[in-house]
Amino acid sequence: MSDSTTTAPDSSGKKVSKITEAVIRIAGNSQDGIQAIGGFLARLAGRSEQDVMTFMTIPSTISGGPSIFQVRIGTGEILSSGDEADVLLAFYQHSYEGHIGSLRKGGIVVYDSDHVEPNDAYRGDYQHIGVGISSLAIEAIGGSARDKGKNIFALGLIARMFDLNVEKLKKLITERFLGKPENITNNALLAFSAGYAYDVGDLADLFSFHEADGSLSNQVVMNGNEALGYGLITAGVRFGAGYPITPWSDIMELLRRELPKYGGSFVQCEDEIASVSTAIGASYASGVAVTGSSGPGIALKSEAIGWAVMAEIPLVVVNVQRGGPSTGMPTNVEQSDLFIACFGGHGDSPRVVLAPSDVEDAFYMAIEAVNIARKYSVPVFILSDQAIATRIEAFPEPNLKELMQDITPDRSPVADHKPYDLSPEDGITRHIVPGTRVASGKYPVVTGLEHDELGHPTGSKQLHIDMTAKRRKKLLSLRATLPKTEPYGPAEGDVLLVGWGSSKGPIREAVDRMRKAGENVSAVHVRYLNPLPNDLGEIMKGFKHVLVVELNDQGFNGYGQMGTLLRAKHTESKIRGITKTDGLTWRVSEIVERVHAAVENAG
Amino acid sequence: MSKLSFGYEALDRTGTLNVGEVPPVPDSERVGLKKKDIAADHPTWCPGCGDFSVLAIYFKLIEQRKIWHENITTVAGIGCSSRFPYFVQGHGVHFIHGRALPYASGVSLSRPDLHVFAFGGDGDAFSIGGNHFTHTARKNIRMTYLVMDNWVYGLTKKQTSPTSPLGFKSKTDAWGSFDRPINPMKQAIAAGATFVARTTHTNPKHLLEMMDAAMDHKGFSFIQCLSECVEFYEGAFDASNPRKGGSFETVPEDHDVTDEIAAYKLADEGFPGKFGIYYKNDRPSKNEQEEALGEKMRAKVQGLEDWQILQKNFDRMK
Ligand SMILES: Cc1ncc(C[n+]2csc(CCOP(=O)(O)OP(=O)(O)O)c2C)c(N)n1
Ligand code: SF4
Ligand SMILES: [Mg+2]
Repeated sequence: MSDSTTTAPDSSGKKVSKITEAVIRIAGNSQDGIQAIGGFLARLAGRSEQDVMTFMTIPSTISGGPSIFQVRIGTGEILSSGDEADVLLAFYQHSYEGHIGSLRKGGIVVYDSDHVEPNDAYRGDYQHIGVGISSLAIEAIGGSARDKGKNIFALGLIARMFDLNVEKLKKLITERFLGKPENITNNALLAFSAGYAYDVGDLADLFSFHEADGSLSNQVVMNGNEALGYGLITAGVRFGAGYPITPWSDIMELLRRELPKYGGSFVQCEDEIASVSTAIGASYASGVAVTGSSGPGIALKSEAIGWAVMAEIPLVVVNVQRGGPSTGMPTNVEQSDLFIACFGGHGDSPRVVLAPSDVEDAFYMAIEAVNIARKYSVPVFILSDQAIATRIEAFPEPNLKELMQDITPDRSPVADHKPYDLSPEDGITRHIVPGTRVASGKYPVVTGLEHDELGHPTGSKQLHIDMTAKRRKKLLSLRATLPKTEPYGPAEGDVLLVGWGSSKGPIREAVDRMRKAGENVSAVHVRYLNPLPNDLGEIMKGFKHVLVVELNDQGFNGYGQMGTLLRAKHTESKIRGITKTDGLTWRVSEIVERVHAAVENAG
Repeated sequence: MSKLSFGYEALDRTGTLNVGEVPPVPDSERVGLKKKDIAADHPTWCPGCGDFSVLAIYFKLIEQRKIWHENITTVAGIGCSSRFPYFVQGHGVHFIHGRALPYASGVSLSRPDLHVFAFGGDGDAFSIGGNHFTHTARKNIRMTYLVMDNWVYGLTKKQTSPTSPLGFKSKTDAWGSFDRPINPMKQAIAAGATFVARTTHTNPKHLLEMMDAAMDHKGFSFIQCLSECVEFYEGAFDASNPRKGGSFETVPEDHDVTDEIAAYKLADEGFPGKFGIYYKNDRPSKNEQEEALGEKMRAKVQGLEDWQILQKNFDRMK
């Protein structure tokens, strides 16, 4: 809880400290609705013009199990979900024992005294506040609702502790249960009010956030999967096909629910091979379509993606990465699919790979992915990950009226058509969709065999040379138009951190922290991963060390997957990797320590 | 500043060849296509291959039904039979081995104005693509799927196929195959196909009749067409060819095509069996059902532009 300033007693006589931000960790079981508390807090922050970022873990079993939800709310920009919590709300003994270590020294643990027996060894380091959350919630609702409602009771407690806007929260609760039987909403409001009214006698201070400065008005609050799904709809995608797998399923469920409203549809296929094939068929016939998956499902799509590279059919492939290989760690984060995205497939099969760096970026990157696929007639991967997928962020509301695209292909007749025309310098292919009349009477075939300019098979060595080069060249034309990479921090210094995907926030926070300590550290965040932007080379020149921070294994040669690509492109021995495979996002302190160690060991 | 580095661009239609405006021609002023207009590359099949007849009859069907060039959509997987699209002047797709059906599904579901034809071999359909066959049939996705069944892998030069009969000596079963073959007709009926017919390349008139009836069908229409591989399984279907001393018998007049059990019994007859439509029902296609769902959902957002529909969702996320 950074920068507690003014204190003034509130009506109960307690001191109220003004704070700029707080990290609250809620630990319980997934079936207790702790995600709901987190969701309410995040949404409230969005409406209160505050910034917010959340982090959650979900058990991989359906029956539930230990789970946490962490919310970091603040008046300024929030870059990560926070290394240490200011407040821990613990529902069970295992929540208490397992997460007390995540509290900062002097932090507050609020525990359900019906389930938790505090450990005296911890009393010195952390403020302990026991509240009979379970029994009080039951009492408030009238005894019938078993454990239900204790999450909302706890929300009331938090609202009291942090002087949150009660009216806004009640409105959120009412909205959430809209359409449900009235007594459910009433029970929730009863539980909330009881929590809010509870006199937390043992708590010395209350807190209150500084007023927002108004710079974060008009925010929307959602998770990364939602942002990506809505981004695709905004881009004009009206058809998709997929097969369920965590954490990708949310996106397909969203598209299945939403697309029919726009005259589109989403097909749940029999497997991932069918999904990618169906999506390619639709892309060919009706404009860029989407497929997606996570982990093993991506491997299954490889052959068909190779076909789309060869036949030069646009396609968007969403890969919400999780821990691998194989079934791996389905509910943990990892960035170990960069290689399969860039190279997964036989033959030389250049394709585009993009990686959003946060929830807002997932929305915009989805639109860019569609536009690149469309313009360059190529499959485009969106490499999201479990962390972006499940975390909730607030971001400025996009101007949907301006952004909404119509990508329905033109079907008016053409004079003559050669889809694989070799003459344009940029190597870009243009397809016509079925139903388009070709006045010359000569129709194209799209094919996975090496082909001539009309798509007919050829055994010509020269054509294979030329067509292979064409497929490469068109993406080099794309590379030439990539936006300039902007370093975070000065363009010269000792250490440059290179990151991609969901690590952007923690890396930036690490840079801030080290610069504050007088270290010359900057960072670049790469969003266009394949082909890589050319200007990275120029930026790297300004630094003694280039450390690539990624969530994957260091490999045989000591660098992660992005590190390997950068080494191949720039052949600089100062490029090294900082990698890890614990299935968790980076903590800021972890990055700082690893950077110090890497610089020390540079030899 | 825009948050997009790659915003929407209106793209030009095609490369160097597409010059000038092409005025649309009203259908009434167009003349129907003749074989010479529809034929593209000269087929690469071995002389005498059964697949030639299927191609010739496809041309006839297009001619007879006055299908315009631009609406010919031919999709295939991989195999000798699957090279089909190269030989047809129309929008063609030569996809990957075994996956013609999901590709054709994507075309069919996103383009209700087109009738998609998918072609393939027995390996493509029932081995590597077996799962897709089942699911495309049960979902009743509108298209016509014709499998040129030659009881062998042709393109890869004589390995056992899922329809090779017991005892067939192939390069992978030199001593004679002992894996029980698939019965495509039973498979199709059991999977829930709504139009299941059987024909042979040696009876072009019957083949045309079946393709014509299949095209009239509103859902997934499946045709098993015996198509001899003269190179690797010569004489396989002689018993069904009167010119080779066999017998060609059509489905009995009194067969009830809506009777699934009767159809299954027909499919159980030993070779050469009967030819014709075994099974047919009018269960709504996935295409129709998706369309109906869309109409229902769109009624709720009537009069709204796309961005306004999405805005409603965003308003709930504030
Ligand atoms: C993924 C994959 N596996 C294997 C092959 C090799 N292959 C090509 S065609 C074929 C079998 C063709 O048999 P069938 O489908 O019966 O067609 P036919 O040639 O008999 O008409 C095989 C195994 C391939 N192209 N792709
Ligand atoms: S190998 Fe058999 S199936 Fe292939 S073209 Fe020759 S005869 Fe036809
Ligand atoms: Mg075959």
